[in-house]
Parts: sequence; structure tokens; C-alpha cells
Amino acid sequence: MTPTPHSQPIQVMAAPHFKGPDSTPQIMWSVVASLCPVIAASIYFFGPSALLVILASCAGAIVTEWAFVRSGPRTLFDGSGMITGVLLGLTLPPGFPLWMAFVGGAFGIGFGKMIFGGLGQNIFNPALLGRAFLQAAFPVAITTWSASGEAWAGSWWHLRGDNFALPLMSPHVVDTLTGATPLGFMKFEHTATSNLDLLLGSVNGSIGETSGLVILVSGAYLAWKNFLNWRIPASIFLSVAGIASVLHAIDAARYPSPIFMLFSGGLMLGAVFMATDMVTSPVTNRGCWIFGIGIGFLVVSIRIWGGLSEGVMYAILLMNALVPFINRITQPRVFGTSVKVRSL
Amino acid sequence: MRKSTAQEDLLRGIWRENPVLVQVLGLCPTLAVTNTVENSLVMGIATFAVLLGSSFFVSLFKRFIPNEIRISVYILIIATFVTVAEMCLEALVPEVHKALGAFIALIVVNCIILGRQEAFAAKNTVWRSVLDAIGSGLGFILAMLMMGSLREVIGYGTFLGIPLFGDSYEPWVVMILPPGGFLTLGVILLTLGYVEERRRANRVSAMSAQERA
Repeated sequence: MTPTPHSQPIQVMAAPHFKGPDSTPQIMWSVVASLCPVIAASIYFFGPSALLVILASCAGAIVTEWAFVRSGPRTLFDGSGMITGVLLGLTLPPGFPLWMAFVGGAFGIGFGKMIFGGLGQNIFNPALLGRAFLQAAFPVAITTWSASGEAWAGSWWHLRGDNFALPLMSPHVVDTLTGATPLGFMKFEHTATSNLDLLLGSVNGSIGETSGLVILVSGAYLAWKNFLNWRIPASIFLSVAGIASVLHAIDAARYPSPIFMLFSGGLMLGAVFMATDMVTSPVTNRGCWIFGIGIGFLVVSIRIWGGLSEGVMYAILLMNALVPFINRITQPRVFGTSVKVRSL
Repeated sequence: MRKSTAQEDLLRGIWRENPVLVQVLGLCPTLAVTNTVENSLVMGIATFAVLLGSSFFVSLFKRFIPNEIRISVYILIIATFVTVAEMCLEALVPEVHKALGAFIALIVVNCIILGRQEAFAAKNTVWRSVLDAIGSGLGFILAMLMMGSLREVIGYGTFLGIPLFGDSYEPWVVMILPPGGFLTLGVILLTLGYVEERRRANRVSAMSAQERA
């Protein structure tokens, strides 16, 4: 008997057989579109440097994706690599050398996604993995924040650092043009930044983590389209605000206010765009609450008691690792079975 | 089973059954001390010497070692050579000795060495065991050098301490840290696996083409 040639294998699925209007490329490109306001805000605050860094990390991500998908499923144009590139770019400092941003994008896609089997198979958020690699590989360059707002002496067109450092070579750092982030000020000098500056984004920091307001609006659009589970950012915000309020009430001089905790650093960007990555977040709603509360707890712990001033990246990566476990313990009871025989 | 020739015993361990790259044994030193070429080389040579000495004595005394306590006896023989190696390193290259630290003493429990005693030296003649030990030892040195040179060139921009890229090279600090060891080993194993898979696929397609012809 000769096997009948099928162009596609027969798809065996459980009912109900609804076909949704959303496809993977559509969702992915919508996320890219919703990131555009954030990119625009970052260009407004950091000038051409912001755009250059984002483009470089995107290039790294796309080139690596292309190298891997030459044989295999064609996921080059579904926008998922683009999201990784843009998100990675948004977490980098504006004066970051372009070649390092390219390396980060390539690492994120290569080691964060394609090695696990491509889109949908990865355990960790590729953009954050790329950033974690850059943080470990180039600890000095990634914590050199250029000054922004009124402290910035040059014109808008000026590059915010040595973006065009030659590949493999160290960037030249001009000390007068750099400054600490609000979290750094808080941790090492115990001075707070004004809440309005934090909300609007005219503070030092990574390219995309400055303007909390823009990120919230973009996130609200995605939540309304149901492209992200609103429970994840909500639980992160609630747990961070909750823990920070308790600590702030205990000792206001030592622990920053909850508003400061929410709007400083990468919390907004991480909670809205990175923790909600469909691949690396839990599938059940109950699991999403656990996931978000875990991230919130870890963020506050790292920021207050850890050696680093910012902990969103490691908090999300750690909780990513727990997602299979969370999915397992929050599995809903199968209809018709008794409560007791739930298998774990 | 066909008896292997002396040449096979020697060559087997170097590449085709490389203890690190194929059998994935002895990962503790491979990951921990390969941050520079010098450390890797010294570690490789020390392990080579211990393996050679232990294989020689284990195969020499194999008739007198009671089967029930053979592992303890192997360990005793290995530990003797490790002590000798440690003293030699301390006298010859004190700085590297300091950098390698406890990992020299840990050669005792290196599973490449114990594995060769149990799998080969305990069953074969002295001559063949020595050849086998030389092969596996060289294979280990080769793997250590691959790891060490990749990590040092990327992590410091130097090879054996000689700068390769000039003064303004930006070192990739991560390659010297423990994650760099895991990443490098992963990349090496991945590349070798990919090459092997391609070669096998080519062989299969060549064979089917012959059958059709």
C-alpha cells in the first residue's frame, strides 16, 4: 500500500472547532504596532540614538532568525523576531554601542528561541535573555546611562553616547554626559525623583522604560484586543504597590513610595510587554495571577534587598522558568471527575 | 565481538570517542577551569599524566585486585598519582596551581579516569591500556584546549596572554564567568552534532543514489 501524498498532515483536534480571526502574524504585528508609540516617545526623549539602537537589535534578531529558518518552518515574517528586537532595544541604554545591541538581538533569538525549536517552544522571553547576556557580557556599557531632560547639554540631534564604536572595541565614555537612573539615585544616594518626571519619562534610563504613561496606553490597547492577559500586569502592579506600601509605611525614609516603585525602572515595560509574552506566560488565569504576584515580589526584593538597583529582568526570567510548574498546579478539574482524584 | 587493534585503541579516544565531546564525561574541570588557555592546558596535562599512570598500574595489578573492592583500589591508585601531580604543579607552575585550586585534587573523582580503568584497563593488557590512556588523555587535552581558547579569545581578547585585538578590545566578561563555560560547551557540542548529522544525511542520500543507479 502506498501512502497517499498529503500536502498537510490531517489535523486531529478536540471540539469545539471554532476558527478565530486572529493569526500569529496578525497578533505579532499588532504588538509591534502598539510598540510604535513607545518607540516614538523614546526617540523624543533620546534623539536619533534611540532609533539606532532599536534598529541594531532588530537587525541582530532578524538576521539570526533568517539564518535558522532557511530550513524549517518559515517564521521570518510573522513579526515575532521583530518584537524581540524592538523589546530588546527598548531595554538598552541610549548610548549603547550598536554592535553590542546587534549581538544581544542575535543571542536572544539564537539561544533564547531558535535553539528551543523556534516560535512557541522557548522557555524564556528571548528579548530578556538577550539583555541578560549583554548585562553579563558588557556590564560597564549597559549601565552607562546618558543624561536626559534638562541635564542633557547637547542638542536633540546629538548621539547620546558612542553608538558607533567599532565592532569588538570598547566605547569611549564621556563622563560629563552620563548620570544615574532614578533607581540608582534611590539605592545609592537615597534621593527620590519627582513623580511627574517618572510618569512622563524625562528621566535617565533605558530607551523604552522612561515613559510609563505611553506604555500603559499601549498596553491598554493590547489588553482590549485580548492580545495580552490583563491579569499579568494587574497582578504585578498590585503586588509591587502592595508590598511597597507596607514597607513605605514602616520606614518612609528607607523604602521608596509605591508610586516611585511602579513608575521607575523597567517595571512598566516589563509588566506590560515582556511578562505577557504569550509563549512564556501561564495558560490559566489563576496561573497568571500567581505568575504576576511572583514577579512583583521578586522585583521588590531585588530592588530593595539585592545588590542590583533594578530587578525586573531577573524577576521575569525566574518566573518564566516556573511557568510549566504553575501551569501544572493550576490545571482546571476535568468536567465529571471528583475533586479528590485530581492528579498532580 | 571483534578485538580492536592497537592503533584503534590509541586513536579511538582522541576524536571518535572523545571523552568530553562525545561521551560528555569529566564536565566538572571542563566547565570550571577552562577560562584561559593556560589553565586548560595545565589541567589537561595533569589529567593526562594521572590517567596514564593509573591505567598502567591498574592493568598491571588487575589479577590481584579483588572484584568486590575494585573501585576503592582504583581510587587509591588514582589518588596517589593526583597527589604526585599536585605536588609537581605546585613546584613547577605555582600561579596556575593557585588558580586551579581544589580542581586539581578533584581529578581523583574525574569520571574519565575512573571510567577508563573500569571499562578498559581492568580487562586489557598493560600495553593496550597505556595506548588507550594516551588516546583518551589527548582527547581530553584537545577538548580542554577548544574550550579554553574560545573562552580566552572572546573573554579576554588574548591567546596565552598575548593580546589579539589591540588595546581597546571590549572583553566579553560573561565568557570568563561560569555561564560562559556552559555556553561554550553547548555551542561546541551543538556544532559537532550538527556536522555529524549533516554527514550522516549525506551518506544516506549517497547510498540511496547508488542503489537507484
